Amino acid sequence: MEILYFARLRETIGHSCETRDLPADIISVADLIDHLTTQGPQYVAAFENMDVIRVAVDQAYVGLDHSLEGCREVAFFPPMTGG
Amino acid sequence: MKVLVQSDDFDIAAEINELTQGRTDVGAVVSFTGLVRDFHGDQKINQMTLEHFPGMAEKQLKTICVQAGKRWPLQGGTVIHRYGPLYPGDQIVLVVILSAHREAAFEAAEFIMDWLKTDAPFWKKEQTSTGARWVNAKESDTEKSEKWLK
Repeated sequence: MEILYFARLRETIGHSCETRDLPADIISVADLIDHLTTQGPQYVAAFENMDVIRVAVDQAYVGLDHSLEGCREVAFFPPMTGG
Repeated sequence: MKVLVQSDDFDIAAEINELTQGRTDVGAVVSFTGLVRDFHGDQKINQMTLEHFPGMAEKQLKTICVQAGKRWPLQGGTVIHRYGPLYPGDQIVLVVILSAHREAAFEAAEFIMDWLKTDAPFWKKEQTSTGARWVNAKESDTEKSEKWLK
């Protein structure tokens, strides 16, 4: 699975994109975040405050309970500040 | 509607002309241009970098334009959002809306800007005299976009 990070999350984690083979018990976005936070202190720091985390699965906004079944790409980023 | 996400600058007059040229049914053209300010609160801003989610940024802008087209009788429009390093005075975003009547054009342009700020994946990083910082999303912007749901 492709995992993308933008803005502050990209800087905290240290890269913008990674490909991961995930354990079979990862069903939802929340499971994926729990898994990522076991992968190093930079992930723990990035996901420390879930109030400022937004998620898109295959370029559509989703909630934390969204299923990852059949998805190709998950993106994590802070609330948007364009315009 | 035309949606562009680009690093290049844009020419407001040329964009409006492209939309209105040869038409006699348009009664109102509303355009909004967002610029980089050189201050944020009492801090001086030297430079700003716009980061975006390629692909999804265009997709979200198009979705917002489609929503506007369902709410108001529009005759066309253009939305351009820039990314990359920008400096005070630079243009960031352009919304141009055409309609037969001004009310629809004003409201649709405001609707698009309000939703663009909270729903299009762009992020601003400001360079100040004391260092760089990511701009925090404002609750007031979320309230502005959500008022359209009422």
